[in-house]
Amino acid sequence: MIPAPFEYHRPDSVEAAVKLLSDFGEDARVVAGGHSLIPMMKLRMTDFGHLIDLQAIDALKGIRIDGRRITIGAMTTQHEIIHHAGLATAAPILAEAAGQIADPQVRYMGTLGGNVANGDPGNDMPGVMQCLDATFHLNGPGGSRVVKARDFYEAAYFTARAEDEILTAVSFDTPAGGQAYVKQKRKIGDYATAAAAVVIARSGGRCTAASIAMTNLADTPVWCEEAGAALAGTDLSAAAIEAAVGAMDRAIDPQSDNRGPAEFKRHAAAVVLRRAIAAAAARA
Amino acid sequence: MNDMTPPKDERAVALKGLGASRKRVEDVRFTQGKGNYVDDLKLPGMLFGDFVRSPYAHARIKSINSEKAKALPGVVAVLTAADLAPLNLHWMPTLAGDVQMVLADGKVLFQGQEVAFVVANDRYVAADAVELVEVEYEELPVVVDPFKAQAPDAPVLREDLAGKTSGAHGPRRHHNHIFTWEQGDRDATEKVLSSADVVAEEMVYYHRTHPCPLETCGCVASMDKVNGKLTVHGTFQAPHAVRTVASLISGIAEHNIRIISPDIGGGFGNKVGVYPGYICAIVASIVTGKPVKWIEDRMENLMATAFARDYWMKGRISATKDGRITGLSCHVTADHGAFDACADPTKFPAGFFNICTGSYDIPVAHLAVDGVYTNKAPGGVAYRCSFRVTEAAYFIERMIEVLAIKLGMDAAELRTKNFIRKDQFPYQSALGWEYDSGDYHTAWDKALKAVDYAGLRREQADRIADFKAGKTRKLLGIGLTHFTEIVGAGPVKNCDILGLGMFDSCEIRIHPTGSAIARLGTISQGQGHATTFAQILASEIGLPADDITVEEGDTDTAPYGLGTYGSRSTPVAGAATAMAGRKIRAKAQMIAAYLLEVHDDDVEWDIDRFVVKGAPERFKTMKEIAFAAYNQAIPGLEPGLEAVSYYDPPNMTYPFGAYICVMEIDVDTGEHKVRQFYALDDCGTRINPMIIEGQVHGGATEGYAIAMGQEIAYDEIGNVKTGTLMDFFLPTAWETPHYTTDFTVTPSPHHPIGAKGVGESPNVGSVPAFSNAVHDAFRAFGLTQSHMPHDHWRIWKVAHDLGLHG
Repeated sequence: MIPAPFEYHRPDSVEAAVKLLSDFGEDARVVAGGHSLIPMMKLRMTDFGHLIDLQAIDALKGIRIDGRRITIGAMTTQHEIIHHAGLATAAPILAEAAGQIADPQVRYMGTLGGNVANGDPGNDMPGVMQCLDATFHLNGPGGSRVVKARDFYEAAYFTARAEDEILTAVSFDTPAGGQAYVKQKRKIGDYATAAAAVVIARSGGRCTAASIAMTNLADTPVWCEEAGAALAGTDLSAAAIEAAVGAMDRAIDPQSDNRGPAEFKRHAAAVVLRRAIAAAAARA
Repeated sequence: MNDMTPPKDERAVALKGLGASRKRVEDVRFTQGKGNYVDDLKLPGMLFGDFVRSPYAHARIKSINSEKAKALPGVVAVLTAADLAPLNLHWMPTLAGDVQMVLADGKVLFQGQEVAFVVANDRYVAADAVELVEVEYEELPVVVDPFKAQAPDAPVLREDLAGKTSGAHGPRRHHNHIFTWEQGDRDATEKVLSSADVVAEEMVYYHRTHPCPLETCGCVASMDKVNGKLTVHGTFQAPHAVRTVASLISGIAEHNIRIISPDIGGGFGNKVGVYPGYICAIVASIVTGKPVKWIEDRMENLMATAFARDYWMKGRISATKDGRITGLSCHVTADHGAFDACADPTKFPAGFFNICTGSYDIPVAHLAVDGVYTNKAPGGVAYRCSFRVTEAAYFIERMIEVLAIKLGMDAAELRTKNFIRKDQFPYQSALGWEYDSGDYHTAWDKALKAVDYAGLRREQADRIADFKAGKTRKLLGIGLTHFTEIVGAGPVKNCDILGLGMFDSCEIRIHPTGSAIARLGTISQGQGHATTFAQILASEIGLPADDITVEEGDTDTAPYGLGTYGSRSTPVAGAATAMAGRKIRAKAQMIAAYLLEVHDDDVEWDIDRFVVKGAPERFKTMKEIAFAAYNQAIPGLEPGLEAVSYYDPPNMTYPFGAYICVMEIDVDTGEHKVRQFYALDDCGTRINPMIIEGQVHGGATEGYAIAMGQEIAYDEIGNVKTGTLMDFFLPTAWETPHYTTDFTVTPSPHHPIGAKGVGESPNVGSVPAFSNAVHDAFRAFGLTQSHMPHDHWRIWKVAHDLGLHG
């Protein structure tokens, strides 16, 4: 459990970090909270010559709520998200999801940016971000650009972020309606066996819009447009919910592992989705 | 003066002796981070060792090239089997009479096996150098299934045993067969089973798991070439046994070896065995003349140092129509991995598994255990239980449930009907044990009443009706267990490890001012010996427990003993402590009589003093006696006040208990919630109720982990699938159930203070209680048996296969 030798860098600005990334190319990686990357290094499953720590870059921290627009700096910790008063009203699904990530010690260090940028299908925030139709802000040698969360994930650990780019922030509109994140896991600290992020808007007893994303049920998070569409315009009858569950089931591709066979994961996915729909609808 | 003497009960309380919930004296340093563990030790010039391990479960080693590793600055040496062979240390004896490779000799037999030992001047360089050692492997067919291992054409795993048709425990009938161990009467049992009213038959699997102590295994070996003395600090549960074995293996005279077990961060059986890391560190220190530290990391601990369980137990139990058990048969296929490194008393290759008749009066029984080699890590240690007793308790407590189903009987009633009665003790079991004492009916009735068993069954019936009516998706399980342990190994006449008799010892020195030090042959790994042994002594010799230091773990100072495992410390070393205390008191009586100018027989013991019979105002306290022992010339007596006792127990002790678990199960997700866990323990005389409660909480939590998720799983080519704490389940405070503890007291008739030991009862009792709760939840829907661990997907699978998902 001792990593291979590496050089440690601690830049104090995004520009300096981007420069380091450009200078060292594929031999460098940025580290945020370190709770995914450092264990991989200690297991020697990955090996970088240069580690660029983003902890000292103040510009990457903080939560800003500007009217309906919410912007969260990449280095904001899960702990800060859980305890942010404004976020609790504007987008309670974030605290609900963050509270189910790992354990308190990890949440003091683990960041939103690290969680969404790493591309690990087990991470919870990518699905939440897709559910909320969030925008990811990237900064590289050529300046800044944005990518939608729903376009960001290509495969496990492969994303739209270029090697020399840093994810600096995420932003999204205050979700309209009730929200829920329901996660089944084996124990505290575990990744999801299955998890569902759901936002449901209602008007006069009818569902006017719905967004559904699933975690750890494919090699990327799965935002399922068809599942949301199955609910929109309905009164959330059992038939409508089963239509959404069916659409979700067609969109996911779970693999067998120590959490259980794929067949079980499909079943668990349906259960957590039904529960998330019920919770979100009740909060709408 | 006499008016000032506090009353008896006040003086007894002041001693903090037997029965006092005295706070643990160890916790002052542990809670302040001031413990002193092996990895805290730093010796001048110390080097670090690290292993190159096999990525394959079965492969021939074609070559090992360590040139690049040796060229790395800071690397001192790279040891392979070829380097150890001239010393005849490339193989070592195991505690079970087998031999085990220290470093891979021509082939590897399990993933994680030690292949080469890199020694460097710091641990970071050593880790880098491990990556530079080039090993060329040729993969061989892998056997992970102990049944397939016995097929005629199964790959030969142990080529070193070619042509050996018998091993340490008798004949071998196949190249992957280790031993067959039989107990009981086969013919008589078959006769009963073949003509019985009812026979229930089931395969009960107790899966492979691991003790996973908080601190992993490790040592610091230091060879002083000037005085020829080898000192090894290590995580040893049996320091004296390590010294003797090290002397026999290395040829270093035993007086030139000093073994020190400092604070140990949990053992649970994982630290009983002798591991290649110890041998390599010792050899490296001898070669380099410098101290060498070896500490394994968590993955190494889970993959390579001793596992526990892995017993396939095929049972048949017979009964009359009205539920009177008439016979029991059990055949075990025991997966021992690549080497038989079980830590059992030598004459018991399956430990005390023949306690598997449990708490029941079963007239006839037969047991056969077949040990088998597979491409898995060696071990087979007693993970917080006496030798194979958790397996035995799980087996019989599952078989009782299976029989209850077959009979259509309530499982509590079936137990009540078949318990050994109080008047049958001492009880001779059909598989050869003499149970010392017990009162099972009293404990059982108390437990059923405490949880309102009848009320729980009514609630369960309502729940089943609601489930069938579609009103709920949660089922209620009531898990019952009445276990009987066998601990305190053991009588030297039948218990030894590699010829070392399993007595234990205590040596006491009373200081002139009336305080004392006691040294024992055991070693605490969290049990609280420094607290409880002082309490035993306080009650025996009338000095406050707070004034008694208890010291263990240094073979240069402690008397010889066999260490701490199998709940043997209180039954054996605790008895030695009481007996040594009684020797102190006998001399103290003579001193008191002399000081009081009366005959020895004219004084009597009174809590903390001797008083003249009929004249209680005339007395000498132990404190006064201690001073006189050293400073007053007493005719016919040597100065000083010391004693030593080596205690060879006349029998094992048989703690027992009644555990009941109430569990809610979500049929759709396979999740569960323990709603109630009631644990009644009878460990005989209770030394420290608070420590007993802590032991029960800890042991039950380990039992919970094992039953509900913890396992060492392999894929079909022998890769360990659960090698990190991501997949190997250790419960956090969040998952851990709440426990209610209770007790009855049935003292052991042969132990000096009547104590039986408790540390392992909660693991033995809780595993079947949790598992039976899962099974019981599904009993109404037709479930008879499913295998642990009962994690989400396995429970879901049970529900699914029973058609409960529509």
